Amino acid sequence: MKTLKYILAIFFLSVSFVSCSSEDENPTVEQNPVEGLTMIYEIPAADHTVQIYSEKQNLEVGYNEILIRIKNLASDTYVANAAPNWMPIMHMETMQHSAPHSMLTNTDESTVYKGHIVFQMASNDTEYWEVVFNYSLNGQQKEEALRVAVSQPTDELNKTQVFMGSDDTRYVLAYVNPKDPKVAVNDLQAVLYKMENMMSFPIVENFKITVDPRMPGMGNHSSPNNEDMTYSSATKMYDGKLSLTMTGYWRINLKLLNANGEILKGEDVTEANPESSLYFELEF
Amino acid sequence: MKALIPVFPLKGILIGGLWCALFCGVFIPQVRAQVTPADSLKLIQLNEVVIISAGKQLDHQKQRKPLSTLDEFLESSRSINMVKRGAYAWEPTMNDMASERLAVTIDGMQIFGACTDKMDPITSYVDVSNLSEAQIGSGQQGAAFGNTIGGGINLKLDKSNFKPTGWGGSLESAIESNNTMRVFGGELNYSDEKIYLNTDGIYRKADNYYAGGDEEVKFSQFEKYNFSINSGYKLAEGKSISATLIYDEANDVGYPALTMDVSLARAVIGSVGFNQNTLFGNLSNWESKLYYNTIKHVMDDTKRPDVPIHMDMPGRSETAGFYTQANLNKEKNHFFLKWDGFYNKSYAEMTMYPTNGDEPLMFMLTWPDVRTANVGFYAEDHIAFQKNSLKLSTRLAYHANTVADDFGLNSLKIFYPEMDRTNTRFLKSFSAQHHKMVKDFHFNGGLSYGERAPSVSEGYGFYLFNSFDNHDYIGDPELNTESSAEANFSVTLKKPIFEITASANYFRIFNYIIGLVDPSLSTMTIGAQGVKIYTNLDYAQLFNASLSGRYTISNAFKLSGNVSYHRGVDNEGENLPLISPLSYRSAIDFYKNQFSASLSVDGAGEQTNYNPAYGETKSAAYATLSVSFGKRFFLKDSDLFLKGGIENIFDTNYSTYTDWNNIPRIGRNLYLTISYSIN
Repeated sequence: MKTLKYILAIFFLSVSFVSCSSEDENPTVEQNPVEGLTMIYEIPAADHTVQIYSEKQNLEVGYNEILIRIKNLASDTYVANAAPNWMPIMHMETMQHSAPHSMLTNTDESTVYKGHIVFQMASNDTEYWEVVFNYSLNGQQKEEALRVAVSQPTDELNKTQVFMGSDDTRYVLAYVNPKDPKVAVNDLQAVLYKMENMMSFPIVENFKITVDPRMPGMGNHSSPNNEDMTYSSATKMYDGKLSLTMTGYWRINLKLLNANGEILKGEDVTEANPESSLYFELEF
Repeated sequence: MKALIPVFPLKGILIGGLWCALFCGVFIPQVRAQVTPADSLKLIQLNEVVIISAGKQLDHQKQRKPLSTLDEFLESSRSINMVKRGAYAWEPTMNDMASERLAVTIDGMQIFGACTDKMDPITSYVDVSNLSEAQIGSGQQGAAFGNTIGGGINLKLDKSNFKPTGWGGSLESAIESNNTMRVFGGELNYSDEKIYLNTDGIYRKADNYYAGGDEEVKFSQFEKYNFSINSGYKLAEGKSISATLIYDEANDVGYPALTMDVSLARAVIGSVGFNQNTLFGNLSNWESKLYYNTIKHVMDDTKRPDVPIHMDMPGRSETAGFYTQANLNKEKNHFFLKWDGFYNKSYAEMTMYPTNGDEPLMFMLTWPDVRTANVGFYAEDHIAFQKNSLKLSTRLAYHANTVADDFGLNSLKIFYPEMDRTNTRFLKSFSAQHHKMVKDFHFNGGLSYGERAPSVSEGYGFYLFNSFDNHDYIGDPELNTESSAEANFSVTLKKPIFEITASANYFRIFNYIIGLVDPSLSTMTIGAQGVKIYTNLDYAQLFNASLSGRYTISNAFKLSGNVSYHRGVDNEGENLPLISPLSYRSAIDFYKNQFSASLSVDGAGEQTNYNPAYGETKSAAYATLSVSFGKRFFLKDSDLFLKGGIENIFDTNYSTYTDWNNIPRIGRNLYLTISYSIN
């Protein structure tokens, strides 16, 4: 009887798998493109608004995936072909600088534009972040500046590293995925930018980031079958594999190697040296 | 099969031969009449039967210590050794093979322990008060009980079986000095020709024991109770139904050899049966049973000082199964046919509490809800000729393992990215056993082949810590089926006043499953030396030989002795772990006018063949001396039986090859048992 139940269960599972995958292949257009996201800002303008969405409730230090769309108030429709771009700027007391960010690109839905910004620091009362949006509306070029609040992540885990490499270049490395780590082999993803000057942070290509996850609370237990992160030109990110053998606090020790295999930052984890100076932290 | 034959031609020939023999045996024209005496038939059916029945028969000669634990009873068997992790829940081994290579059943029911660290062998979930005997079959002689390599043990429950005895009851109590163990037990039985009801209960509590030289072995305490009900009702002549329920619970069980204890080990074991004397005219003793059991096992380290990290490790195991069996007697062929199956769910998890309270709990599935389904068919044919007999047997089984829990499946996929959720195997066993009598000599010889699937731990274990070799173990779901070719031979000289038996067996085990160190892996358990992965060795070889004898000095005095030799090596000639050194046992028993006494010596030689790679250290030679006295008094309608004795008289401090972490065994121990029964 139990076997039968089990076979039935497997049957239903496999059916649901099949049905899931067929949905992926033929996406239903009716879906709300910002379903599950929070509109964290809305910039009011005369005849339109710019809506800014995030998976999070507010912007945080580190990697932020951001979606925007522009609503035409007159026709109550969302604007396609707005060709938006953006520029984050930190206004400090004595200086200004930008943050590493991607271009804003179209998603499957032509009225929704997506990109990411890696904020290196939090804002406060005197030092604030501003994002300047440029886009075209009805053939006219528009510009809107938005002052945003950027806070430290509430989990207080280190997922962003700003450091000087041994090649005297300043780099920004930020954790992207997995957002929801599992006891499994996870797809690990990070973005790497270098600081050319205060306002320019180009993507670094063809470097390598080694991965050594450890549990300091378990005698620096590690896991097998991790894969170092390498650059993917498709995603413009660094992809690797991260094995996590149990839930808990993990410190992902990293080393950054340039295209020649020279170590720019980070150390091997050994008995004597339990952690690398380049790392991410995870808790789940 | 086909793939195996070219690799091991010998094995192929063996199997072919056995099949041939099996069918030939069936179709040999039956000319000669059966003359073989019945008891010599029995001689090769099972290698040994250990009588347990605690208070029932009060047979002084068979019981040196009536209310001892089941573990001690089993240890008194010639073929069984017990692996000890403390004073409680020892693990039986046979032919130097432990649980995963044995088929251990309770009254034919498959039960699987719920502890990933083998702290709860199923023999710990019954008590002597429930049992009448332990049926032991070495190697494929135990295949009637399940798929096995090393042998089978069936613990038979004690039942009145419609004997017209009416009401009866008994009370038993025992105390032991060394660990102040208190045992209280009682039973109440009713039986007539229409109905029977057996109930019993037993309670044991023991404190820490002291090894020789007054050395306290901390965390060796335990407490356990066990209740059982057995009942039967006769529907008609030759037709009856029966039901059994056993409840067993142990609390506060200390494991000095491990870093944690057990706060709860609970088993509920139930079955209903249907028995009919005949079936379809030809078949007899038709017996069927449906059963279910559930086991919960909770480990606890809160009483241990200085644990590096506190952890909870609960496990559960549920098994449902059935069997139906019958005999078919032809003139010369005595068939026994059995169809059986079970479905088991094994689930165990581990939660670790980080020292830094801000960090989240660390959780892993150590047994990922593994579902095991096994359906098997067993047949044996016992063919009697003049002065000799042949027993042929086979078991064919379908075996499937499935990882039901996604969390667990993903965990294992860290190690085995390509693994399938389900793994099926076809398991085969064949055996031919020949017995011949020449004057006073009995010759027994046999060849057999058997297979077994990896255990849940071997296949799916996830960071199971083994404190014997101080390694974490990880299962491999892609392990090959382990198989064994076995040869055994024994010769017995039987005279009225003495009997002497020399026996030997040899196992060549292909795809022998054992944990091998993978230096690339990082330990999980704090303080562990490394990580081992269960791996198939090409083969391993095991050899066991023993010499035993009995001599009747006079009507009152009897002398018995037994010496055994064991050897186990892997494919590179390295020693396998947990192989017994030369061991011996000898006793002189006295029995006259309801008074009994015995003096016995147990010992072992130095362990010369050990393997430090498996965490073994050499165990030294030892010998212990024990003595017991008993007297039975017949009162009006009742019996009073007193038995006392001293074990390890010289308070020797010793440990054997089976003792984990060389925890010393119990020192001098005085015991006294009182049994009072009313008929």
